[in-house]
Amino acid sequence: MHKTRILDLSEFSEQKNKKASIICSSLTFQKGEKTILSDLSVTFPRNGISVIMGPNGAGKSVLLRTIIGLLTPNSGCVLLNPEYAGRTALVFQRPVLIRRTVYGNLHHALGIAGVPRKERRKRIEELIAIGGLTGFENHPARSLSGGEQQRLQMVRALSSNPKLILLDEPSASLDPQSTLAIEEIIKSTSEKGVKLVLVTHDIGQAKRLADDVTFIHKGKILEQNISPDYFNSPSTPEVKSYLAGDLLV
Amino acid sequence: MSTLSEAFLQSFQLIFYLDDTLVEVVLLSLSVTFKAVSLACFIGFPLGTALAVLSFPGQKTLVVLFNSFMGLPPVVVGLVVYLILSASGPLGPLGLLYTPAAMIIAQTILVTPIIVAHSRQIIVLLAEEYDETLRSMQATRMDIMCTLLWDSRFSLFTTVLAGLGRAFSEVGAVMIVGGNINHFTRIMTTAIALQTARGDLALALGLGIILLVLTISINALAYWLKSTWERHSYA
Repeated sequence: MHKTRILDLSEFSEQKNKKASIICSSLTFQKGEKTILSDLSVTFPRNGISVIMGPNGAGKSVLLRTIIGLLTPNSGCVLLNPEYAGRTALVFQRPVLIRRTVYGNLHHALGIAGVPRKERRKRIEELIAIGGLTGFENHPARSLSGGEQQRLQMVRALSSNPKLILLDEPSASLDPQSTLAIEEIIKSTSEKGVKLVLVTHDIGQAKRLADDVTFIHKGKILEQNISPDYFNSPSTPEVKSYLAGDLLV
Repeated sequence: MSTLSEAFLQSFQLIFYLDDTLVEVVLLSLSVTFKAVSLACFIGFPLGTALAVLSFPGQKTLVVLFNSFMGLPPVVVGLVVYLILSASGPLGPLGLLYTPAAMIIAQTILVTPIIVAHSRQIIVLLAEEYDETLRSMQATRMDIMCTLLWDSRFSLFTTVLAGLGRAFSEVGAVMIVGGNINHFTRIMTTAIALQTARGDLALALGLGIILLVLTISINALAYWLKSTWERHSYA
């Protein structure tokens, strides 16, 4: 097994890498006989919202989990810009909220982030306002609707003041209003200088949010481009088919 | 038949008039049992959580051992504690043999494996659910263990009840290390055994009835508390 994450690497002192947020180098991840990431190398730019697209089973979620260190690749490594050390967060497609109230979930997250107890109440109020969850403070988190739970998960991710947030299809199976609320949080977070990497199936959402798009298929990167060029002039037949709504097998 | 009905009648009189001997025995039983179970929880919950969360060499062996120790024969535990606390044993100078403290030690040894094994089983399920979320939040091992322990608190109630059940009904170990001394180490179970052997069925029955009522009441109260707290805490 190779190291998943190496921080403070000298590579980042090189001028070209200062513009990078994440460098994935020759990542291979296998589960049993199946290869999910196959010698995958990709560099995500330092700023903006990077979107990862691709069909089901392409390896998008595995890539996110490998970047944040939840999974260890069989070979290759992930280099994170040193400024993200200890300041990353992951938003899951299906939120796992702990068995506490909305307030309790945020209080717990702030505790783990090391925020002093006396500062937590004020911070929680701010986060609840960002998530549009005012009035729900004392509700059991698991009794919220799907959209509210996802918003709570989003603001919980913000509680540690992360510099890098990875989002794994955060608005999948949500209604348009909830999707809009999630996208508003994503945009406002990005405007504050936080780097976001978003996995989505939703081409419309990618068009609305992406600064650059990476297309992944069968564990390999097929294309990476800035947003307008990716959608207007895709260079690979697979991306053309995907954007046209064809099934990629 | 008439002896039996007479015994029942007398036992109810003892309970109704709060017989001094009966009250003394009941209070000592409650004191020893609650102290032993509290101590077992204090040791067992963190140990069960650690076995659920941490992975280290010998972890599986420990899990198998604690599961096996749930069925420890009380008389064997009593004998071992007796040997340790007896005058020639390593803790002999403490003079704990034939005291309530010795009974608490013996019961703690009997109850701790139950608390460890049950709590590990409960926490391991929650750990699977929380695993990625907590790790993605960069929670430390201690953060993870505290979170799991706190969020399992209602389910762990059943573990405490299992421990209480074991401690309340135990007779072999406390008889050996406590000595069943009148007004000092006599508790409900040892008193029932002694009075039955003596033929004093009234006191034995009275204590038996109280033991049953206490066990049912504690379970009912715990069930009510658990469901009420759960309802007010999370969905």
